Amino acid sequence: MADILKRNKALSVNPLKASQPIGGSLATLGFNRAMPMLHGSQGCTAFAKVFFVRHFREPIPLQSTAMDQGSSVMGADENVREGILTIAEKSRPALITILTTGLAETQGADVHRNVREFREANPEFADVAVVAVNTPDFTGSVETGFALTLTEIIRALVPDAKEAGTYPGKRKRQVNVLVNYMLTPGDLEALRDIFEQFQLRPVFVPDISDSLDGCLTDEDFSPVTIGGTLVSEMATLGDALATVVIGPSLTKAAELLKQKTGVPTYALDHLYGLKANDALMSALAEISGHDVPERIERQRAQLQDAMLDTHFMLGQLRIAIAADADLLNAFVDQVQEMGAEVVAAVTSCNVPLLARIPVDSIKIGDLEDMEIIGKANKVQLVIGNSHAVDTAERLGTPILRAGFPLYDIIGGYQKTWIGYRGSRQTLFDLANLVINYSHEEIPVYRSIYSQKPASEITDYPLSCH
Amino acid sequence: MKSTKDIAALLDEPACEHNKKEKSGCAKPKPGASAGGCAFDGAQIALLPIADVAHIVHGPIACAGSSWDNRGTRSSGADLYRIGMTTDLTEQDIVMGRSEKRLFHAIKQAIDTYHPPAVFIYNTCVPALVGDDINAICKSAQERWGVPVVPIDSAGFYGTKNLGNRIAGDAMVNHVIGTRDPDPLPLTVQRAEIKIHDVNLIGEYNIAGEFWHVLPLFDELGLRILCTLSGDARFREVQTMHKAEVNMMVCSKAMVNVARKLQQQYGTPWFEGSYYGITDTSQSLRDFAKVLNDPDLTERTEALILREETRIQKALEPWKVRLKGKRVLLFTGGVKSWSVISALQDLGMVVVATGTKKSTEEDKARIRELMGEDTVMIDDGSPKALLKIVHDYKADILIAGGRNMYTALKAKVPFLDINQEREFGYEGYQGMLELVRQLALTIESPVWEAVRAPAPWKNRKVNNG
Repeated sequence: MADILKRNKALSVNPLKASQPIGGSLATLGFNRAMPMLHGSQGCTAFAKVFFVRHFREPIPLQSTAMDQGSSVMGADENVREGILTIAEKSRPALITILTTGLAETQGADVHRNVREFREANPEFADVAVVAVNTPDFTGSVETGFALTLTEIIRALVPDAKEAGTYPGKRKRQVNVLVNYMLTPGDLEALRDIFEQFQLRPVFVPDISDSLDGCLTDEDFSPVTIGGTLVSEMATLGDALATVVIGPSLTKAAELLKQKTGVPTYALDHLYGLKANDALMSALAEISGHDVPERIERQRAQLQDAMLDTHFMLGQLRIAIAADADLLNAFVDQVQEMGAEVVAAVTSCNVPLLARIPVDSIKIGDLEDMEIIGKANKVQLVIGNSHAVDTAERLGTPILRAGFPLYDIIGGYQKTWIGYRGSRQTLFDLANLVINYSHEEIPVYRSIYSQKPASEITDYPLSCH
Repeated sequence: MKSTKDIAALLDEPACEHNKKEKSGCAKPKPGASAGGCAFDGAQIALLPIADVAHIVHGPIACAGSSWDNRGTRSSGADLYRIGMTTDLTEQDIVMGRSEKRLFHAIKQAIDTYHPPAVFIYNTCVPALVGDDINAICKSAQERWGVPVVPIDSAGFYGTKNLGNRIAGDAMVNHVIGTRDPDPLPLTVQRAEIKIHDVNLIGEYNIAGEFWHVLPLFDELGLRILCTLSGDARFREVQTMHKAEVNMMVCSKAMVNVARKLQQQYGTPWFEGSYYGITDTSQSLRDFAKVLNDPDLTERTEALILREETRIQKALEPWKVRLKGKRVLLFTGGVKSWSVISALQDLGMVVVATGTKKSTEEDKARIRELMGEDTVMIDDGSPKALLKIVHDYKADILIAGGRNMYTALKAKVPFLDINQEREFGYEGYQGMLELVRQLALTIESPVWEAVRAPAPWKNRKVNNG
């Protein structure tokens, strides 16, 4: 439906996009005792690490193959093998992912061969899962890097049903839940609660709510992730009752899982707003054979009430959204459900989903593009990450912070957006922003004949916006 | 405390149509089935918009505590009215008879801290009952500190909100109006070819700044507004109201006693009008010219009306298509009923019924004139009765005061707030654009369908496993 406007300028100004290895790292960090290793120069890792540390306010395990001048020119196979070995020896993690960067891909690295070579040379580390993923910086975004990495992890760690003897429904309450990058630790906790109310046991793949939720542990320091999806659990996915997939970016990962296990798939675009959550609850009722619990019905009614209360502020509100496709799509659905208008939609890269997002046009670009389009279309509210705060200020609008990274607020990573409750909170947050900031007031008019005290003219200058 | 005789005198308002027949507006509130405000409420609402005055509520915390800063009225400068002030009487004050003393010191504190041009004292039930002599306190405070201190004896039990409006008006006539002559017209604003006339508006509250949509037209026509009682007014403006050549009662009979007394004491003619809707706005401007009996003004007024009507009709065209034929149930107090009807009819909407609880006989006659003889007039404003009419007459939207908003929303009926708490301004030609925007916003909102439809799983029976 949407007209996709491709990049048409040389310079990216105030970029929206973060690179694929960031997404790949995030996916990896959702597994227990895991360590992502970026195959590139040290800087690739350092920047990614800072990105996550600022967002999650947690120490982040992240390693580098530390390519230098020599290995960049002469080949870096040894860096990869040595890197894997060093991590394996030092921390013996359950999972190491090798995520290529722009440098490694340009050089022509073959990380899959490197992993095979490591396997042959170091059989003593057979228990350490090693997954290589091609995540060059120069294509895709966080979203695609995350999806690619998850796909490769499934390929490597989920056994084919025939070989492993798994069959759907062997574990009567288990539901696999493939979740995309936009679900926060807070979202996953809420989602777990919803599944449990249907007497289901969700296995999140990956599960950053267990590893990046800001939990204090007894261990002072751990070189690898503490918490997350157990790598051993991946072998049980074939026994689950069903797989619920959240996010169109995970379509390929879901297809692969289905192909390997035969477990039936329920695909949902997102969990923002009334309709999306109705779809979730319907699916869970069907999977579990239970009625929708009363508590959830009540939360649904609360969301409906909030929709009524906030439609005065959100109806016809002109909104600009800058986000990767899955998140963009989710917000478009939620605000359109409220009668708001998305007048500027900007995303980081082209993916199949864009074509069916119900807006007139989507610009593949940066925050400057959002600023220009937003200004032209008289935007009243911005939804975007922390980088967009300055953009919103220049546009003279409030901003709802969402996506990656959120570095100028505390606890942004923990916010719950999903479910009827999370959706309700989003509506409140949006409406409050409108009430407090973007209410279009009638400009003050002073009569030329007015008898008001002369001092008022100087004491109360007319605002100029 | 006012004597029964004083109150009877205020209730006997010769200029009010209620005097001639059943006093529906000033009828006694019925215990157990009463929802309106009290006399204090009415007095405070009527005068609070005078922006540079220190408004002190003399009473326990209930009176001011539950009502301060609760109005949508806006000021072009001074903002002292936004500061809530009350004597917050305690049990000790009341038992030990210290409330007068506290009031005296409260006045001093307000003057010392905020240097207002005047202080208004609102009397409430408890001090009225224990016999505080606020007239005497005000008098001695004024003598002591040289700042006008105006008593507004408005104990809640005196009667309804409507009576409170009159008490407020009465206080202005007795204590403020006529205490200063208007500023001479500065040469800079005089125009050789036109005569400038001095006028007043009574009962215009500048809700959400809506009068600023109209005020530029006055400037253009050469009408100097000495004072609007009381939207965006200043004390020094109220003082000069006696010098106007004509008074306009805007949209309300509430302070009709001010217009009548100004006519009695100073011979100023007055007329009644409204700035809601195109028809009424034009008519009000015409009436000024007519009463002022200035042929040149009449000519310029007609030209202005033609220009403005043409402009706004063009701007309204796309909206009218969307709103045409939509059915409205109007439930507002008093005169607003007929003034809003004409605004809605200008848009091609159908008013199916209207509330007349606070309307005078004259108001009702006007409504019949606008809507036809068999129009439905609603006296019973209970939520249940309102909703029944909404359903019986298939209304698309309920337009009422904010108090009814959540009644409508809970019943999943589109709603527009027309009372003083609202945040949008609808007056004048320009205000019509905001009105249509708000009407379309709620009527066309997708949330109605979302909240009316049953949950998707309601249609399907699930086993309770």
